[in-house]
Amino acid sequence: MLAEFLQYLFTGITIGATYALIALGFTLIYNASHVINFAQGEFLMIGGMATVSLTAMGVPMILAVVLAIILAGILGIALQRLAIAPAKQADVVTLIIITIGASIFIRGIAQVVWGKEYHVMQNFSTSEPIEVFGAVLNSQSLWVLGIGAIMVVGLVLFFTKTLIGKAILATSMNKEAARLVGIRTQMVLMLAFMVSALLGSVAGIVVAPITFTSYDIGIILGLKGFVAAAIGGLGSGVGAVVGGLALGIVEAMAAGYISSDYKDAVAFSMILLVLFFMPRGLFGAKVVERV
Amino acid sequence: MLNRFMQSRLRGMVILALILIILPVFLSNPFHYELVIQMAIIAATVVGLNLLVGFAGQISLGHAGFFGLGAYFTGIATGTYGWSSVPALVVGAITVGIIAWVVGRPILRLKGHYLSMATLAVGFIIAIILNNERAITGGPDGMPVPALDLFGWELSTFGSYSLFGLEISGVQAWYILASVVLLLAVWFAQNLIESPIGRALRSVKGSEVAASVVGVDTAKYKSLVFVISAIYASVMGGLYAHFQGFITPAVASFEFSILFITMVVLGGMGSTFGVILGAVVLKLLPQVLADFQELETVMFGLILMLTMIFMPKGLLPTLVAVVSRRFGKKAGGEA
Repeated sequence: MLAEFLQYLFTGITIGATYALIALGFTLIYNASHVINFAQGEFLMIGGMATVSLTAMGVPMILAVVLAIILAGILGIALQRLAIAPAKQADVVTLIIITIGASIFIRGIAQVVWGKEYHVMQNFSTSEPIEVFGAVLNSQSLWVLGIGAIMVVGLVLFFTKTLIGKAILATSMNKEAARLVGIRTQMVLMLAFMVSALLGSVAGIVVAPITFTSYDIGIILGLKGFVAAAIGGLGSGVGAVVGGLALGIVEAMAAGYISSDYKDAVAFSMILLVLFFMPRGLFGAKVVERV
Repeated sequence: MLNRFMQSRLRGMVILALILIILPVFLSNPFHYELVIQMAIIAATVVGLNLLVGFAGQISLGHAGFFGLGAYFTGIATGTYGWSSVPALVVGAITVGIIAWVVGRPILRLKGHYLSMATLAVGFIIAIILNNERAITGGPDGMPVPALDLFGWELSTFGSYSLFGLEISGVQAWYILASVVLLLAVWFAQNLIESPIGRALRSVKGSEVAASVVGVDTAKYKSLVFVISAIYASVMGGLYAHFQGFITPAVASFEFSILFITMVVLGGMGSTFGVILGAVVLKLLPQVLADFQELETVMFGLILMLTMIFMPKGLLPTLVAVVSRRFGKKAGGEA
């Protein structure tokens, strides 16, 4: 009983930590530009796929990871500069379609470069499972949790202690005012996309040994991240982390105790329930509409 | 003004009808017909979706869910239970309408990205159910659907029929049916837009708060248009199932929902004929891009992005604006 429960809990927290990182990526871009970036999942895919293919070419693991993260970062900047920035006055729906177009484009390139098959990545450390109270824990889970925690702490420090972080926060609160005090808001938007891409690629790399990776893995992971961000309340960092973990745990429990076929349906029912009762998610800001 | 000419209800319908009448001259084989019939059915679906997105300003990223429900309702009612097509389509539309009303009430209180999230979730849940209820839907492998029968007259793509003494093939008969359905769908939408309901909807899009202040029951109208667009999707899904003769849960998938909303936005939100153009372009594009083979997906994404960046208002409104600017003086003189 307990072993079973712990097993599901571990699985849930691990995948939940990944969702949390993706949701943080959504939050960052949403705060800076009010865009929901449907290409967010592609950053994960790029992180995982680039790492796998670089190590296959004989590049040492650490270097491969760094290169993959840099590649994703460049992609994030390119997305903002080439696709989002030129469409200044576009509607919400138009921006959604632009990011969907971008994700199809990126996925298309990945498919040409890396093919359609699944790729396996080795665990970072031992592939021996760890046993805790009868539950079997994949050692990679610890990496996911550890790196996830480091990223979250790093982000908090970035936003509270560094000038650049504060500039992003200021821009997200009031773009005009930020520009008045001398913040280059275009630069900030670019940075937001870059940091978001870095977060996504890290998530994609640490989770790849558990989920495997392929050119189309970004679609569903990106959507789950969006669900997590919406549960937490768009724009809330705490919400993104809580939403991600909650989604991961509920999904794992549903798959374990109810039916693995309906695992995803549970995730989507959960977001509907949350939104029915809290139309702005758990931690979403109350916004007064100006008429 | 050309603008006014394009927007005028009757002229638009006449132009569309003329195109549909002339088009068969260029269709040389059954494959062409099939493509155009699919286009017409999907165009009619997005005409309905456009009422929600383009006129009431509400986003739906889950409309394929209703399309899929309609398709499966028809498939199951006619295939498994031996109903004839017309009652299957009608009861299916009523059922889907009720489902849309029940989910729509709470969902449509949401705004912006939360609304897109909620509609996406509804679409996903429907697709997951269709995928997993193997006993009823055949699961991921799909299910066969019998040929359409209209009041005892069976319309199969493989049959041959005579119309006013002319021998026509099954696909040609389907083409006529699909054309009539598309024209009816456009006619209904155009009338709705010009009715008091349509004005109320546009006021909701302009500013929901302002609309409610002047006494528009915004919740009622949003639900109403959500239900209407779901009924459009359901009926077209049912016809699509009959035409294809075989359906899989892909008809309810997220990808399909995205395709629908993209047709609306690409063609031109709020322009009935624009979204038809959007449907045509997005159905044709993969055919054209097939020559690029493995670069097909890359090209598709690129074209989608570039069009939306440089024509954020959509294809038709942009084209109309360009044309009327160029011929503005002349057209203005005529008007």
